[in-house]
Amino acid sequence: MGLANTAPTGPVIALAGNPNVGKSTIFNNLTGLKQHTGNWPGKTVGIAKGHCRIGARDYTIVDLPGTYSLMPHSAEEEVARDFICSQEPDMVVVVCDASRLERSLILSLQTMELCKSVIICINLMDEAARKGIHINMSLLSSRLGAPVIGVSGRNKKSLGALTSLIASAPPPHRPMRFKGSDDTHRAVATVHKAEEICRGAVVCTKGEYSTFDRRMDRILTSRSAGYPIMLLLLAFIFWLTIIGANYPSQLLTALFDKGQELLSRLFDNLGAPPWIKGVLLDGVYRVLTWVVAVMLPPMAIFFPLFTLLEDAGYLPRIAYNLDRPFKRCCACGKQALCMAMGFGCNAVGITGSRIIDSPRERALAVITNSFVPCNGRFPTLILVISMFFAGSSASPLSALLLTLAITLSVAMTFAATKLLSMTLLKGEPSSFALELPPYRRPQIGKVIIRSIFDRTFFVLGRAVSVAAPAGLIIWLMANVNIGGLSLLSHCAGFLEPFARLMGLDGVILMAFILGFPANETVIPIIIMAYTAEGSLLELGADSLRQLLISNGWTWSTAVSMIIFTLFHWPCSTSLITAYKETHSRKWTIVVALLPTLVGILLCMLFTFAVKLFT
Amino acid sequence: MNKQLRLNDIPPGQKAKVISMQATGPMGRRLLDLGLVDGSVVECLGRSPCGDPTAFLIRGAAIALRSEDSSSILVAPI
Repeated sequence: MGLANTAPTGPVIALAGNPNVGKSTIFNNLTGLKQHTGNWPGKTVGIAKGHCRIGARDYTIVDLPGTYSLMPHSAEEEVARDFICSQEPDMVVVVCDASRLERSLILSLQTMELCKSVIICINLMDEAARKGIHINMSLLSSRLGAPVIGVSGRNKKSLGALTSLIASAPPPHRPMRFKGSDDTHRAVATVHKAEEICRGAVVCTKGEYSTFDRRMDRILTSRSAGYPIMLLLLAFIFWLTIIGANYPSQLLTALFDKGQELLSRLFDNLGAPPWIKGVLLDGVYRVLTWVVAVMLPPMAIFFPLFTLLEDAGYLPRIAYNLDRPFKRCCACGKQALCMAMGFGCNAVGITGSRIIDSPRERALAVITNSFVPCNGRFPTLILVISMFFAGSSASPLSALLLTLAITLSVAMTFAATKLLSMTLLKGEPSSFALELPPYRRPQIGKVIIRSIFDRTFFVLGRAVSVAAPAGLIIWLMANVNIGGLSLLSHCAGFLEPFARLMGLDGVILMAFILGFPANETVIPIIIMAYTAEGSLLELGADSLRQLLISNGWTWSTAVSMIIFTLFHWPCSTSLITAYKETHSRKWTIVVALLPTLVGILLCMLFTFAVKLFT
Repeated sequence: MNKQLRLNDIPPGQKAKVISMQATGPMGRRLLDLGLVDGSVVECLGRSPCGDPTAFLIRGAAIALRSEDSSSILVAPI
């Protein structure tokens, strides 16, 4: 943590603020998107750093996680406090929400107690203006004794005033100290001071909470419609993902098939030995292009759609709706947020568990996160569902079945949470306070472009670093013979008896093991293994289905495949993240073992049931 | 003088003034950070589909609290 590893250039400016005040938007606009806030836009986990040039000077901008207080309750808040106290930034810009100024000022006053140089930046002025809130900046500034500036962070131009204020390096403010016998009394004094400062300086002509938000909440969190809308939205997103991915997927497949033909001819003309052609074309090229053509499009579509939901402010409502069920499992509704982040990437969901205050509930969120399928597992699910159950991928039935699979994974998340609460992580549910931010129109264009690029590069990077070597290894395994049988057949044969019990076969189980670094590679490895001995060249959806069926797949194999895709060990990145978050080998092992055991057990039960009834 | 109620007892749409904060420990501090002190005005915005938690308007922000936490706050309806 901190800036020790990279030398800061110029003065260090820290951005602090309550959650949901648009801090990261300001950060991104100041640093010009040159930094990376992590996989999940809209959520700062840990500290993000970036650079910004104002006039002739370079500044290092540090984005701290959103906090309500500098008296930390959660791991995230501790990060912010530690930075302000130990790294001593040259200046702290406290980003405030114009519509919730009193509360924002509580944090501002606490920051002013700790730091000499503070700028109060009141963001979301446009939103406040729409709500009929008027703010007297100069009155606030003289009462606070620190510079105050109003901006609308989404609008880059409006940040000009902030940057010139930073550049002018305003003199230190009056030292501030709240009297009180203990922390609580001092905190009460801070709240009263914030109230006093705002009196008369902030005028609200309309209601504080907009009628639009009230109306939306009444629908989205209503007793009758709350849960159905949640499911419908999920199904709708899946449907868009499946439909939208279809076309680019076909296009890319066709393109890569052409590429393979050309390359094959090239190798022949050069007189390359067959094994080189085999390794590079049938091994590396095939698996790599598979990941790009089939896995990338759904990932690149699902991710931005989900980000839009987060941007619009819907995800906290999911946590709100699901708090009661989670409480039944002695956990916290915020776990629903981590779960939702897990749909994007389990590693991000695991890091995101920092928003949960209680260490016990945090551990629950970390351990159960991989029970929901991440972005890298969706394409596998979609593929299997559309090939074996829905007839074609374009049918709405695929989306429906996928939603069903996700519902199963959410149900298992609850079951696993409950199980852990009763065994390894006993305890009572702790207190809970969750802010429901106002609904905001998401910056659709920006989000889509940014996260599509983000995803594309992320997946391409993984394809090169993971899928290509996997292709190489699997080709070698299929073509190196020991005692008349290929290495692949040896391994698959070894796993076969166990895999059969689960309704899978040795090849599938091995593909899951080899797919440990990246779940996207599981299906390509299976295909590779099935086609290694024979040679099947073009791979449309139909021929793929034929290939699987000729290798003994039935509808029950497909169901087992779906179950095991949902529940098995998390990918290497998620496990490393879990270790970093828990600092414990023991818990990391639980993170890996629990979903694996659940998956094996469910598959075996299912297979047993099928045998019983057929 | 209005009668005293617990915050979890006020119905959606009702506004109330905080008379006494009885929450202690981390929850007490969390509520303070959100700006909830004696004399603050809160409004019940609505309940989640299962009837709990409930969303309250506290200093312009919608905050969801569970009933066991909000029951430690004494209020007078206004």
